[in-house]
Amino acid sequence: MLAAVAAVFAALLFSAPAVHATTTTPAPSPSGSTSATAEGQDPDGPTNGSEYSDRISGVLRNAGVPLEGVKITATGNGYEGETLTAANGSWSIGVPEQGAFEVELDESTLPDGVALAENQQNPRTVTFAGTSNITTLFLLGEGIVLQQDSFLSTLTERAVAGLSFGMLLALSAVGLSLIFGTTGLTNFSHGEMVTLGAVLAFGFSALGLSAWLALPLAVLGGAAFGYLQDGVLWKPLRRRGTGLVPMMIVSIGLAVAVRYTVLFFFGGAMQQLPGAQSPTLEFGPISIPRNTLISLFVSLAVILIIAVLLLRTRIGKATRAVADNPSLAAASGIDVDRVIRLVWVTGGALAAMGGILWAYYRPGVSFNMGQQILLLIFAGVTLGGLGTVFGALVGSVIVGLFVEISTIWLDADLKYVGALVIMILVLLVRPQGILGRRERIG
Amino acid sequence: MSSQANEPQRGERSGGAHAAEPADGPAANEYMTDSRPITEGAVEPGCRKRDPILVARNVTRTYGGINAVDVAHVEIPRHKITALIGPNGAGKTTLFNLLTGFDTPQSGDWQFEGRDLAGVSAYKVARLGMVRTFQLTKVMGKLTVIENMRLGASSQPGESLWRAFFPPLWRGREREITRQADALLAKFKLDAKRSDYAASLSGGQRKLLEMARALMVNPKLVMLDEPMAGVNPALTQSLLDHIKNLKAEGMTVLFVEHDMHMVRHIADWVIVMAEGKVVAEGPPDVVMKDQAVIDAYLGAHHDVDLGDSEGFEKLEAELEHDPESSVGTEPDGVVGRRIDERKGQA
Amino acid sequence: MDFANIFLGALNEIISPTTAAYALAALGLAVHFGYTGLLNFGQAGFMAVGAYGFAVPILSFNAPLPVAVLIALGASAVFAVILGIPTLRLRADYLAIVTIAAAEIIRYIVTTNSMTAVTGSANGLSAFTGDFYALNPIPPGSYNLGPFAMNERDVWVRIVAWALVIVACLLVWMLIRSPWGRVVKGIREDENAVRALGKNVYAYKMQALILGGLLGSIAGIVFTLPRDAVQPANYGTELTFYLYTALLLGGMSTVLGPVIGAMLFWVLLSLTQGLLYGAIEAGYITFIDTSQAGQVRYILVGVTLMLLMIFRPQGILGNKKELAFA
Repeated sequence: MLAAVAAVFAALLFSAPAVHATTTTPAPSPSGSTSATAEGQDPDGPTNGSEYSDRISGVLRNAGVPLEGVKITATGNGYEGETLTAANGSWSIGVPEQGAFEVELDESTLPDGVALAENQQNPRTVTFAGTSNITTLFLLGEGIVLQQDSFLSTLTERAVAGLSFGMLLALSAVGLSLIFGTTGLTNFSHGEMVTLGAVLAFGFSALGLSAWLALPLAVLGGAAFGYLQDGVLWKPLRRRGTGLVPMMIVSIGLAVAVRYTVLFFFGGAMQQLPGAQSPTLEFGPISIPRNTLISLFVSLAVILIIAVLLLRTRIGKATRAVADNPSLAAASGIDVDRVIRLVWVTGGALAAMGGILWAYYRPGVSFNMGQQILLLIFAGVTLGGLGTVFGALVGSVIVGLFVEISTIWLDADLKYVGALVIMILVLLVRPQGILGRRERIG
Repeated sequence: MSSQANEPQRGERSGGAHAAEPADGPAANEYMTDSRPITEGAVEPGCRKRDPILVARNVTRTYGGINAVDVAHVEIPRHKITALIGPNGAGKTTLFNLLTGFDTPQSGDWQFEGRDLAGVSAYKVARLGMVRTFQLTKVMGKLTVIENMRLGASSQPGESLWRAFFPPLWRGREREITRQADALLAKFKLDAKRSDYAASLSGGQRKLLEMARALMVNPKLVMLDEPMAGVNPALTQSLLDHIKNLKAEGMTVLFVEHDMHMVRHIADWVIVMAEGKVVAEGPPDVVMKDQAVIDAYLGAHHDVDLGDSEGFEKLEAELEHDPESSVGTEPDGVVGRRIDERKGQA
Repeated sequence: MDFANIFLGALNEIISPTTAAYALAALGLAVHFGYTGLLNFGQAGFMAVGAYGFAVPILSFNAPLPVAVLIALGASAVFAVILGIPTLRLRADYLAIVTIAAAEIIRYIVTTNSMTAVTGSANGLSAFTGDFYALNPIPPGSYNLGPFAMNERDVWVRIVAWALVIVACLLVWMLIRSPWGRVVKGIREDENAVRALGKNVYAYKMQALILGGLLGSIAGIVFTLPRDAVQPANYGTELTFYLYTALLLGGMSTVLGPVIGAMLFWVLLSLTQGLLYGAIEAGYITFIDTSQAGQVRYILVGVTLMLLMIFRPQGILGNKKELAFA
């Protein structure tokens, strides 16, 4: 098992130079909110001011898909620069000095059916403030202006997307919840288990393996990581009788260490898994990306299998017994350590699977992708009721639906806020979660 | 209601009879020699007392459809030692939790010295003079013994955030508290451990410390949850003496206990619970022979006499072979277990 | 490799205002976690509330310095109360999840484009410390503190930052030795036992949460002063975890622990960076580049946090017997 994991890391290590070679730009996160600057990135164009160190930049995406070849100009202080967006949607215009510039997006160069979202100033004035790089984002609203989609079809599209997102959250959440149920540990390194799934999938396919081989291997790698974590770290800590709060902090240390280890080998760039660009399927007025649908069915199937295993098999019943009362389970002859080891392995595999699906959903693989959804996974688990598997499923689906549907009204860069606020509000009125047993919690 | 509870009558209590320095052994004072009848009228489950300090009516608490507590009426006599007994899972600890505000019942009301306590938070209940200990001893292991004691004291202005910054405002009271604590430690023979961390105490010493700390609150009613559990036999007698002392000092004692032998020694009154209900009550020697009690404790094991400690041991031995029963000091009741779990998780 | 410069650079971190900010924020965490047992994973949120609560009033409506500070502290107290209401009655891990979520909510909100006019979104805010530096009584010039040369601004911000650290340490020290401190230490160990002794546990936890949060927000303000800028990316969850590392380095249940821990954290960070960069430039290490060297430091931070928690949870100053767990 150790050897297998070592081999995986070795594989990643060797694929790393290739990764760096193919990296063109540090792509921003898809949420658009914390978009990385596209410094050093110079799309072709005679007057984009690439010689200047002060830059105005941004990324143009429509519903997560980058737009290429859109013309953007910056004028001010007697200077005029223009550029076209690159294949990943990023653009950057160098300016000779800091100050106020008027930035305009040439709407005639937008693809058909795409327009600026409402309330998006164009042209707009941007002012340098202390930094040498200033980012301005033009938010696009597909269908808001030109496509007259009915509210109902928008709602359906968002709901399907939300369901798919919620189910992939549920994959990770079920693992988290099982681990919490059997060991009491709130595992803050679960996000890194998610990341590892996607990064391994990328690493294996970068080695030239086909997706059919790379993805299952990545899931196996996640399981191995779970096994390793429990064997090397958590089981010895349980033996020492380490308290749950110290263990929680240890899991944070592990999360930081693993996150930066992944960054070390994988680099900071966003990468794509094979088949990340999927066609959109049309169902009457409703259009849904194919990957979203596949992801939905895959997670549904996996969760059904997990449910059957938990409810019907001997080991599943043993797991529930340990979650219910570890000492009683131990007294009735259940090998608690074995059950917990199995839970870690399952949790690792499920998280890796969730990570792969998340990489297709956003789309993209990055070193901090797990961290980005960790809190949503927590929100799902907490909403459903800490420690209940079915609750984790229901809670995650609610979070997924809420995140996606709220984008109809809420700015896209605030969509996670809604879900987190809902979690806090639910804790206020129903601390045991939606499906948790009523008990005195504190 | 809550506004009433906000003003604990500290002055009245600290001036009370029990604040006086007690003698070593139980004194032969009015509380110890009082032979007036405890009840008013017939002795039966839920009977009226001549002078109740605590009265509870229709207190119910269910967990997932199981009636953990369903007490129609119960009164605790003032200035007496009352034992609350019953088989495992009878709801004794749950009743403790409900009465002291650590858990919320589905229904019911109860009065302590005529003051309604339903919905009053646990800390206000304690301030009113109804102080409890826990089945699993809760001493602050990382505080010294004397700090544990000082923590129990009330009316320390330095416990307010603002006044804490101005030592002159609380130093005087701190000296009073320390004197009171030292006196209690001496009485409980813990004075040698004064500066040790409480974690270094033995199980029995922790029980003593927890009891002594509860007395720092100057309670009127002391509720002890299994004070004898896990205490080595050498300390048991001293614990029993301390409980009798509480009565001699004018306090009322309510305690949960499994060991009938202990109960017979010190209790003036015994209340028996089974399946959440009060099934019998009366003076110890009468209750031990009560058919309802025997039924509650024994189920099928009808042939032993509980009143006799040998019989009890025989029962325990029999029950060992019966997987459905258990006798002993396992945490009982859903809440008890939850609290223990939380303790483990905290 | 220029060892002298590397060590000097590391020593310089000891009195840097950023270290002071970390010390203040970690002291706040000590009040939360070390003394009261509150698992606050959102100290970065408190720092962000402090920083934005300070910068926004100055930039948006020209608030005078004291008003801006008061607004920042007030906002921080309100934030603490909002967090405390749903969670202080719940188990410790709920507080951890809610605080980390709340800190992220703050970061998302100050990053959102719809509030660019107020918060500057991802670019953040800058040029709001004019009033602070206008108060500088130190005449312009170059000052030498041992081997370190600094200008009057550097000296001024260091004086203010470390004066705040000293005052905060004194106040916390007084509190912890008072009966109030005794009650919160009791709560850390067993809140039900404290409740059974007639203490309003909820109120104490709330007070501790607000107090530690205020320290976090002061730290947030101090953090912005040398930069004259506030950027949302600085206030991610990692910041909180670095603070925990600093806290655990020094010792979480001691007053000086967070300060020493923050100093150690930055000295070690600077030292590893200097040594790694030096080794790379000198060609001793060839298999990593300088940006990867930066990442190695944070891998070390994570590993340090784990090892500290497992093997020396009391930190270098702490007394294991007084530690709430382990």
